[in-house]
Amino acid sequence: MKKIEAIIKPFKLDDVKEALTGIGVIGMTVSEVRGFGRQKGHTELYRGGEYTVDFLPKIKVEVVTPDNLVSKVVEVMASAAKTGNIGDGKIFVHPVESAVRIRTGERDEAAL
Amino acid sequence: MTTTRRSTIALAIFFLVLSISGSALVWAEQAPAPAAPAAAAPAPPPKIDSGDTAWLLTSSALVLLMTAPGLALFYGGMVRSKNALGTIMQSFIILALISVQWVLWGYSLAFGPDKGGIVGGLEWIGLQGVGLQPNPDYGATVPHQAYMVFQLMFAVITPALITGAFAERMKFSSFIVFTLAWATFIYDPLAHWVWGTGGWLKNRGALDFAGGTVVHISSGVSALAAALIMGKRKGYGHEPLRPHNLPLTVTGAALLWFGWFGFNAGSAISAGALATSAFVVTNTATAAAALGWMFSEWAARGKPTVLGAASGAVAGLVAITPASGYVTPMASIVIGAVAGFLCYTACNVKTKLGYDDSLDVVGVHGVGGTWGALATGFFATKTINPDGGDGLLYGNPGQVGIQIVAIVASWVLAFVGTTIILKIIDAVMGLRVSADEEMAGLDLSQHSETAYALEGQATVGSGGR
Repeated sequence: MKKIEAIIKPFKLDDVKEALTGIGVIGMTVSEVRGFGRQKGHTELYRGGEYTVDFLPKIKVEVVTPDNLVSKVVEVMASAAKTGNIGDGKIFVHPVESAVRIRTGERDEAAL
Repeated sequence: MTTTRRSTIALAIFFLVLSISGSALVWAEQAPAPAAPAAAAPAPPPKIDSGDTAWLLTSSALVLLMTAPGLALFYGGMVRSKNALGTIMQSFIILALISVQWVLWGYSLAFGPDKGGIVGGLEWIGLQGVGLQPNPDYGATVPHQAYMVFQLMFAVITPALITGAFAERMKFSSFIVFTLAWATFIYDPLAHWVWGTGGWLKNRGALDFAGGTVVHISSGVSALAAALIMGKRKGYGHEPLRPHNLPLTVTGAALLWFGWFGFNAGSAISAGALATSAFVVTNTATAAAALGWMFSEWAARGKPTVLGAASGAVAGLVAITPASGYVTPMASIVIGAVAGFLCYTACNVKTKLGYDDSLDVVGVHGVGGTWGALATGFFATKTINPDGGDGLLYGNPGQVGIQIVAIVASWVLAFVGTTIILKIIDAVMGLRVSADEEMAGLDLSQHSETAYALEGQATVGSGGR
């Protein structure tokens, strides 16, 4: 099992979700996060003041899948989240040791 | 980007030219004299006019709306979310506090029988002798109490304006004491100087139709003293102290614009030609100032900000206030456009000077009020108001001198008086909240409440910091 963690542009969330459900992914976790990479932040003007906002709003999508689906999921996510502009985000893949479905007690891939 | 900037600079220049040509029109045009009040033949005993009274009471309610919710939201949106309620509370509670102070002793000190041109006597304490019959000194066609309650709303909004200077860091208890002392020792005497029968500035012929000196210079200059004495907010200069909700601020600015018709047009104390003229120039100057600020900022920084447009409108309202009963619509365009540019510049200079006038009370009310009081000396004309005076452009350069005396007197009283009051309060009970309380925010530390409770943030047991 692997956990695929993607940091994407907020307005791309629907596209990514549609694409993933399209290839049979049946669950995911989404959170609103802030951060910066090469895109850096932006400047905001308030009367005499000028503030640099370093951390931009992003969405983090987390999906845990069986090993055989990992490359497919990564590929689909990357193409759905892509705009070609700076700030599109990143995808990380982590190993997952085990999983439990709380309701039934099923373990590992059966719990996904 | 460069082309956009160039075009906005061109727009700004166009606007400037427009204003200058407007100023040329001021003395070129033959302003049609508004129907002069039918020369009162043998003065009949004062009689209440229902139209005048209806308009004055309506105007009083409009001016109330300026403080809460107008100013409360204007300021409330500009602070960080942890201080939203605390900031709104300051405006709201001043409405309650001064409403009581005014009927107890404030009105008497400001408008009561004159004592040496400096202050009103205590004869009208508790509104003794302030009844429902007209007082011809202040309004021959309205009940004396209607005039009193209209003036009350001015006494309310003036200290509320100052709260922007010490936003996000003043102890609520000290703020209450300050407001009461400031209203009693600065506002009430200054109102007497300018508007009270026998007041020394009134006797010298200073023109202040609706409060450029009394309301805006006094609050703006007191704000400067307060910002200097209170010191900066924690994090000023290295943390972003950003407005948390500009839609609230714009709503507040729009309510100020709306309520200001009561402030300026109501100051005619009658419902007729003069009120109409004041209404028209108020709206025109405000519009010109919103544009003036927006184009100045657009040209200088590359973006027309929403906060800039809203601030510009308020700057225009401030600047036209003293002039509103004396100037033509063309003059009001100049007064407004220049106010937008001047106040925008002042807010930028503040950042370089380094004092933390958090919500720019000095830049908007101090600078805008001073410009308006001075501009009244340039543009006033008896064709608009025979009871007013002529300014420099109408052949009376002396009026500018009188205006300057009024400006300097208001600056000195406000700055020195506020400094003394704040120093005394600081020595006795302290002015600022503690560092921990400031970090937590005024909402929690002063009022044990929060403005925004989000789902999922339910607290368990006693809430911590």
